[in-house]
Amino acid sequence: MKRFEILKKRKLNNNITWLVISAPLVARKAKPGQFIILRTDEFGERIPLTMAGHDEKAGTIDLIYAAVGRTTMLMDRMEEGDCFADIVGPLGKPTHMEGLKKVCVVGGGTGNALAYPIATGMHRHGIKVDMICGFKNKELVILEEEFRKGTDHLYMVTDDGSYGEKAFTTDKLKQLISEGHVYDEIVAVGPPIMMKLVCQLAKEHGIACVASLTAYMIDGTGMCGGCRAIIGGENKFVCVDGPEFDGTLVDWDELIRRNAYYAQQEAHDRAHVCRLTGGVRYHD
Amino acid sequence: MINFAKQKNPMPEQEANVRNHNFQEVALGYSPEAAVREAMRCLKCRKHPCMDGCPVMVRIPEFIEKVAQGEFEEAYQIIRKTSSLPAICGRVCPQETQCEGRCVQATKGEPVAIGRLERFVADWHGANYGDEEILPAKSNGHKVAVVGAGPAGLACAGDMVNKGYEVTVYESLHKTGGVLVYGIPQFRLPKEIVAAEIAQLEAKGVRFVTDALIGKAITVDELMSQEGFESVFIGTGAGLPAFMNIPGENLLEVCSANEYLTRINLMKAYLEEYDTPIMRAERIAVVGGGNVAMDAARCAKRMGAKEVSIIYRRSAEEIPARAEEIHHAVEEGIIFRYLTNPVAIKGTPEGHVTGIECVEMELGEPDASGRRRPVEKRIHGLS
Repeated sequence: MKRFEILKKRKLNNNITWLVISAPLVARKAKPGQFIILRTDEFGERIPLTMAGHDEKAGTIDLIYAAVGRTTMLMDRMEEGDCFADIVGPLGKPTHMEGLKKVCVVGGGTGNALAYPIATGMHRHGIKVDMICGFKNKELVILEEEFRKGTDHLYMVTDDGSYGEKAFTTDKLKQLISEGHVYDEIVAVGPPIMMKLVCQLAKEHGIACVASLTAYMIDGTGMCGGCRAIIGGENKFVCVDGPEFDGTLVDWDELIRRNAYYAQQEAHDRAHVCRLTGGVRYHD
Repeated sequence: MINFAKQKNPMPEQEANVRNHNFQEVALGYSPEAAVREAMRCLKCRKHPCMDGCPVMVRIPEFIEKVAQGEFEEAYQIIRKTSSLPAICGRVCPQETQCEGRCVQATKGEPVAIGRLERFVADWHGANYGDEEILPAKSNGHKVAVVGAGPAGLACAGDMVNKGYEVTVYESLHKTGGVLVYGIPQFRLPKEIVAAEIAQLEAKGVRFVTDALIGKAITVDELMSQEGFESVFIGTGAGLPAFMNIPGENLLEVCSANEYLTRINLMKAYLEEYDTPIMRAERIAVVGGGNVAMDAARCAKRMGAKEVSIIYRRSAEEIPARAEEIHHAVEEGIIFRYLTNPVAIKGTPEGHVTGIECVEMELGEPDASGRRRPVEKRIHGLS
């Protein structure tokens, strides 16, 4: 087993991939909710990814990612046996579980991959977990079996109704609350706009709501300050103060704006990479 | 023989309007002849005040005497006895407040250019003896760990390995060197120099583990109870960047110098082949007057900014950066706005920066630090 070697690669849908990677130093202490920072190769960026799971004995961690940016597109080109240049972690604070009896975890799209270790980790911890998985359509559904096994109830919804119920995650959550389900906490993991709406709903019903944030970051240890987000009117660092925060206190519009900053530059560079190498720098 | 020149021998540099468009080293170093001439300015004071100004007590008059005699390798060996990183210290130490600040020559002219001589000796050794095989130090059977591969950790590792300890250095980033690689730019401290100094430590037997987050992946207690280290040195650096807590700090084009410099230096945003994204703007303001501010301003210029301003709340008298950095920054066209303090950063509704609002300051009575305290004068706009 080489350092940071991809031991297993599995496509979950057209766009989302599950990797099992050798990283014993990370695996020995990893907890649900924590993340790693990786670098594909010498020329790559450092990007944060929440761990989808880990196996302390095997010395491996699981990453589930959607190929949406430059780095994740490069990762798509990596195969079993290839190695990442770097993986460091576990970073950030683990998911808070103490004292919780029943929670509802709401996952949206790729966010479901990140909700998976949180929901199943809470379930293993003895917390009753209702899981709402939302996807655009049937083709994008991932991890259904895993969620069914690892939580108490799985509610599957799609925007277009092509699978499960036709609903947005917020509709489903509203329905569950109005049917009398009582939750100590709601956990939202997904696109910021979904998290924002889930948190608003939770606030209206006086339920605690935790959101797992993603942000640009470089070192992940509080040195660069790139991941700062406004939480309750104060600047917090997602890397060391988070990644999970009281979602009702997050300045979502600011977060969404900051997370989009490099997208344009990246889109331009992405075209550039593909033109130059056919997108396969890793195998040059 | 003593050289009675009152001024330092100048060190050749890249021309200001050339170098502010590239990342190659600004200062080019002494020739052997210039080094000997400069070394001859040393008065060999018996009380060697210069040594007292040096945190690692480099035997300065002794090494300078060897340089004056043209015995450069001997000079190097004298420095190495107390300093693990001469090529680095010669370039980035604040000599004017340390060794050179105490030099007797400074009372009537410029001090002996101790920093430039140290740099010359280290570079000369590298060029002539750099390929020499270094034998691993003999182990005394004791294991120690160092957390953080920055200057503190490297210096500690160097001293410990020389004493025979088995040293393991843990670094959370993917590269060793700490602020020497993520903070200080290539044009002030070439990364090849840092790598060469680290390679020397490795050859002596220091073990480096990158991507290792001590405190999370392995705790300090575990280092001692499970990994067999008898002692742990923690050199983790300055930590979280301090923002000013003024309105507009989270606008899109506002970042800490740490972030900006790390993107450029560690993540090589200035090289086409690297993926690292970087903010690019025509007019950039850098708030602060330390070495980090100078580095950020000079990087901004090299990244293509047309106008770069340093905004500093005190006057040129109090500015804390190394004199050489300020001198270089001015030459490269950086604008200095002294006695100016930002009160708000202005932006569009979409979050883009449009300007910075500042207050003009004046100096009042000295404060606890002995420097005159800056106080607000009147508000004016600076866009």
